[in-house]
Amino acid sequence: MMRFTLPLVVFLALAGFLYVGLGLDPHEVPSPLIDKPAPAFNLPQLHDTGKNFSSEGMKGQVWMLNVWASWCVSCREEHPVLMSLAQQNIVPIYGLDYKDKREDGLMWLSQGGNPYTLSAMDRDGRVGIDYGVYGVPETYVIDKQGIIRYKQIGPVTHQSLREKILPLVAELQKK
Amino acid sequence: MKKLLILMICLLPTLTYGGEAKDMAADPVLEKRMIGLAENLRCLVCQNESLASSHAELAEDLRREVREQMAQGKDDQEIIDYLVARYGDFVLYKPPVKSYTVLLWFGPFALLLIGAGVLVYQLRKRRQLVQESELSPEAQQRAASLLNQEENK
Repeated sequence: MMRFTLPLVVFLALAGFLYVGLGLDPHEVPSPLIDKPAPAFNLPQLHDTGKNFSSEGMKGQVWMLNVWASWCVSCREEHPVLMSLAQQNIVPIYGLDYKDKREDGLMWLSQGGNPYTLSAMDRDGRVGIDYGVYGVPETYVIDKQGIIRYKQIGPVTHQSLREKILPLVAELQKK
Repeated sequence: MKKLLILMICLLPTLTYGGEAKDMAADPVLEKRMIGLAENLRCLVCQNESLASSHAELAEDLRREVREQMAQGKDDQEIIDYLVARYGDFVLYKPPVKSYTVLLWFGPFALLLIGAGVLVYQLRKRRQLVQESELSPEAQQRAASLLNQEENK
């Protein structure tokens, strides 16, 4: 009897590991920045390059930083979700236009609509590196003390909003 | 005249020597050091390529960052810490020994030990089987008498 049960148990264990592995996304690398202060930056604004946007000025409120670009394909998938979130006025969304030409970024927002309170231009991608950005779009939820509480890798979906982001935002806003 | 011409043709290369090809990077020593470090770091975009060989735009930016920090006089460990702080242990091809990497580091040895244990157990069991098949004195007598019968026929 043992002759057959042992290989069967080994097989089932292996099959179990492989099944779990199927559901994991190797492109989702956990960020070491969770629960760490959001890296400070000061960048020119996309619409008004004469003005700067400083992350320091955001202390005292919960906000979302969405890294996007006109060349980013998945951002198109995400865009309607951000538009509907912006209309609900729950949490301000700030954009970081990552490694993009200004004209292209402006064109994209004028065509698809602008969900952002404002966008900052990260022309050479240095702020992106500070935030550990490796695949656009990425979205950070930052609390009143300026601590990163959540990072969404890849497009924000209605599901991730409902299950993770909005409950977290509500909790952080109460504090 | 012909000999002179051949001689001139043979000497032509000495005149046309144009010097060695210039290195692309401003500082070849630093570039070599950068590549050496980047070979041990993983590109996050194309995850099976090192930071040194990847053509992803992020890898180019990170190589630029590493180059700049080396020029500022930072040592390799400081640069590795800088990248790990932003991208996590994932950028390291050789992950550090931590509570959640214990299985990764020592799992294969544990499997080897288990395998050796099973082998020893099986070999012992087999030896027991052989020993058990030894005949009791009565059976031996019977066997001997049966064999004698055969011979007497």
